[in-house]
Amino acid sequence: MAWTKKVLRVNLTEGTCIGEPLNMEWADQYLGQRGLATRYMCEEVDPTCDALSSENKMIMATGPLTGTMASTGGRYSVICKSPLTGAIACSNSGGFIGAELKNAGWDMIIFEGKSPDPVYLHLENEKAELLPAGELWGKSVWEADEMLHKIHQDPQMRIAAVGRAAEEGCLYSAIINDLHRAAGRSGVGTVMASKNLKAVCVRGTRGVGNIKDPARFMKSTAEQKQVLAENAVTGQGLPTYGTQVLMNVINELGALPTRNMQEVKFEGAHNISGEAMLEPRASDGKANLTTNAGCFACTIACGRISTIDQTHFSVENKPQYWGNSGGLEYEAAWAMGTDTGVDDLDAVTYVNFLCNEDGIDPITFGATVAAAMEMFKDGDLTTEHTGGVELEFGSAKALAWAAEVTCRGEGFGRDLGLGSRRLCEKYGRPELSMTVKSQEFPAYDPRGIQGMGLAYATSNRGACHLRGYTVASEVLGIPEKTDPLVTEGKAGLVKAFQDATAAVDSAGLCVFTTFAWSLENIAPQIDAACEGDWSVDKLAEIGERIWNLERDFNNKAGMTSADDTLPQRLLTEPANTGPAEGKVCGLDEMLPEYYELRGWTTEGELTDDVRGKFNLPV
Amino acid sequence: MQKSLLIDAGKCTGCLQCEMACSYENENVFNPSKSRIKVFTFHDEGRFVPYTCTQCDEAWCLQACPVDAIVVNSKTGSKDVLEDVCVGCKVCTISCPFGTINYNQDSGKVIKCDLCGGDPACASACPTEAITYVDADATGLARMREWAGKTDNTATA
Ligand code: SF4
Ligand code: SF4
Ligand code: SF4
Repeated sequence: MAWTKKVLRVNLTEGTCIGEPLNMEWADQYLGQRGLATRYMCEEVDPTCDALSSENKMIMATGPLTGTMASTGGRYSVICKSPLTGAIACSNSGGFIGAELKNAGWDMIIFEGKSPDPVYLHLENEKAELLPAGELWGKSVWEADEMLHKIHQDPQMRIAAVGRAAEEGCLYSAIINDLHRAAGRSGVGTVMASKNLKAVCVRGTRGVGNIKDPARFMKSTAEQKQVLAENAVTGQGLPTYGTQVLMNVINELGALPTRNMQEVKFEGAHNISGEAMLEPRASDGKANLTTNAGCFACTIACGRISTIDQTHFSVENKPQYWGNSGGLEYEAAWAMGTDTGVDDLDAVTYVNFLCNEDGIDPITFGATVAAAMEMFKDGDLTTEHTGGVELEFGSAKALAWAAEVTCRGEGFGRDLGLGSRRLCEKYGRPELSMTVKSQEFPAYDPRGIQGMGLAYATSNRGACHLRGYTVASEVLGIPEKTDPLVTEGKAGLVKAFQDATAAVDSAGLCVFTTFAWSLENIAPQIDAACEGDWSVDKLAEIGERIWNLERDFNNKAGMTSADDTLPQRLLTEPANTGPAEGKVCGLDEMLPEYYELRGWTTEGELTDDVRGKFNLPV
Repeated sequence: MQKSLLIDAGKCTGCLQCEMACSYENENVFNPSKSRIKVFTFHDEGRFVPYTCTQCDEAWCLQACPVDAIVVNSKTGSKDVLEDVCVGCKVCTISCPFGTINYNQDSGKVIKCDLCGGDPACASACPTEAITYVDADATGLARMREWAGKTDNTATA
């Protein structure tokens, strides 16, 4: 129960949409969403396949708590092989479409093959059909959204779509749902577009019932909502400032990677911080932030709804950007602001709007621009490449231009659409790409927060903060404070965060709950909703099983321990100021212990013991 | 004392906890499309607005019903639909100026807010106090207080 126990299989080559029962044996071992979809991927997709070929599949998956009253129970994930990294991709999104899918009676949709012509999926409860998307192709996500709502005359329909960037092959294209929520990382949107699938439209009116013990579920979810409300981070910090509450905090800590990670403090951090988003601007007296917003069922509501100053150069004479839309969250503000040295809040908000409008990952985009700026500074790139644009650190105009051309796949934007690893290789400076497994870092410098270095190096989807957020412990003291500057004990910490997060990502819940919740808070909610017994131990085991399964996929795709590393800059160039001054990231002090704790070989391969313990497929 | 739902849209985050609470209370399922309260998003304006029946004193729906299927709840003052009497003619849905009484395809009857018999599930579920259940004679109290607070009488103090 809580699962609908139904999977919709959409074969784009054949043009068929067929329902099938959910594999409940796997649901018991992998819970849902991230874990369960990865299990399907491992069964059905060859890890060595070309991510942009019809052999790859793309799964949109909900968790058992998606669509329920459990706080934040509105999440879904997109799972496929990533064209950016070659590893397993799993991008999680909020908004409303995940819950709508569940309300329509489906746990997940598996897209396979490739459509000969552009199509979109229209799903209304049990009725699923592929419709021609010729008119929609070449349109942005925002335009497609408007057109689809018009075609179907249904304001309640929820839409996930890809924009022009994905169509043009930008390797880090996102899938955008509900206009500004994103399955953002690893190029899941690129995979969707490669299948000639423009959009997924869902309307569900069946509802989510079948809760195992409704009275206990209502009581448990109410108690846990209270826990979120009373916690300083989830009850105050996030609603007030969003994730942008971190910009000044991490800067103070000297762990704010600046100008392509050359420095660890940004003099302009305040200007693009959560605090600055609340300050009235000179032109119209309004603040950047209009209101905070919740995703489906979310009682935290970290979402930002913002406007851009209408007099700002980026939107002058462009009234389509004058209204409210999704505002900055921390990682985006960092990548497109701090990492490029741009401290112009309106410019960064503008490029954030563009990332949503045409569906690209703001972290990879911002970090790629930062790498390009460093190459421009060094003369590897010149105005000849950029068509006259001075691609200088700190230039808001250059940043806005870069976003425009990348989103549309024009000119130098096609180079930027490669991501920094391929871009830096193309122009002869591979060492300037701040990536792991070809995916860009987010906003925490592993010289100042050592555990994050290991978390990045071992993340199954390439550098990522959401796979093992030891910042919670190392900076915020959750669940207990550890020293961010030491490597000792971090292997165990990283593993614990990775495993717990994998379970949360498979439940239908948002990982931000874990500022206040541990598995102790989550297990009772799952146990009240889902058939079977769901203890903390079982969830922890599931998390670890998922981590191993993802790792196994990557190993089979050809990745080795050599891919569990960091750019030389972070291993050899010490932080230049702040508490971490003189420090590099001590990855080699943590990695062997990490492999050992995982029970892997020294080469980072799964052993038969691990395979047996977690009942993993061979 | 009669109580009213008080809606302060400025506090709403659009999370739909209220819609789920309502559908669960009344239909035993988490299903926003079966909720008596609806939250509307005005995307460009950055506004979320919850909306439900205000329990009009002289309720149009009640007066329009040809079979007297809508009655006044003497305890709460809500206008309740008697499911077994309603014939699903939808006249009430036409007469309601606010659109807050709606046909339910599954049951063939209409549904509307009944204040959950005096313990509104939406208000209990709302995390932001955008919906509260207060003394019907004093729904403006909080707003009055807010404006009173802005009165500058320091000069005369
Ligand atoms: S739909 Fe039912 S409640 Fe409404 S007017 Fe007709 S009989 Fe009365
Ligand atoms: S009071 Fe009850 S019936 Fe009325 S809108 Fe709220 S939850 Fe629904
Ligand atoms: S529960 Fe409250 S905050 Fe959430 S949508 Fe309803 S009225 Fe708005």
